[in-house]
Amino acid sequence: MSDWTDTRPMSPHTTIWKWHLTMASSILHRVTGVGNYIGIFLVVAWLFATAVGPDYYEPLSGLIGSIWGQLILFGFTLSVSYHVLNGVRHLFMDAGKGLNPKTGSFLAGLVLVLAVVVAVGIWMLAGLVPGVDPLRLTGQA
Amino acid sequence: MSKPQASLRTPLGKVRGLGSAKHGAGHFITQRVSAVALIFLVPWFLISLIGAVRGGYDGALAWVADPVNAVLILLAVGASLYHMRLGMQVVVEDYIGKHSTKAVLLILNTFICVALFAITAYAVLKIAIA
Repeated sequence: MSDWTDTRPMSPHTTIWKWHLTMASSILHRVTGVGNYIGIFLVVAWLFATAVGPDYYEPLSGLIGSIWGQLILFGFTLSVSYHVLNGVRHLFMDAGKGLNPKTGSFLAGLVLVLAVVVAVGIWMLAGLVPGVDPLRLTGQA
Repeated sequence: MSKPQASLRTPLGKVRGLGSAKHGAGHFITQRVSAVALIFLVPWFLISLIGAVRGGYDGALAWVADPVNAVLILLAVGASLYHMRLGMQVVVEDYIGKHSTKAVLLILNTFICVALFAITAYAVLKIAIA
């Protein structure tokens, strides 16, 4: 509330807590959720531009193809990848599985690593990583 | 008010809408049901989109025009918007204390998600049915 007058630190006491993996993972889940909220604007804009015509599609395509566009797109890919994988972990936790500290930290770390692997993998498959094109897509179009 | 009060909350507290609105379980469940759907829809969307964007404008058009793709795009974006509306609602409720700001942001959240769905539906239907 805006009339909060208690000067004692408020939960989760981020200033005095020792950072640990499950805490970071919980915060990251929320951060990536908000990131995906912003990112879907790009997906909807892309669909809209496709429906309206090349006059809209080409400029948007150029924007996404620029250095900044690619950075944002990779951030979005990473954000989606993390949120989906960590979401699966959350569903297991909702079922009461993997809640002891050791398993919890292990799975949180695993999701973190897998998210990067999956995001990079998608980019390699999509031929977005220079010099890598396993599906030979560059010849199409 | 002839009956004895079953709860400790005052009538004024209930009218102000503070505390449980008795919809918490519904929010929890729908958030997770949409999450389960997205576990399947998001990977499909990402993998399927890869081929589409590589084909330029014509490739994108052909991708959306495919009947199966059109339905799955609507499901994937629709479930995402539904899921993110619930998620953003919790973020706003957690961090925004001021009543008026909170109300405005919650309404805005709903408007944004519904508007994005309307745009998606227009785009997909226009391409797929044309």
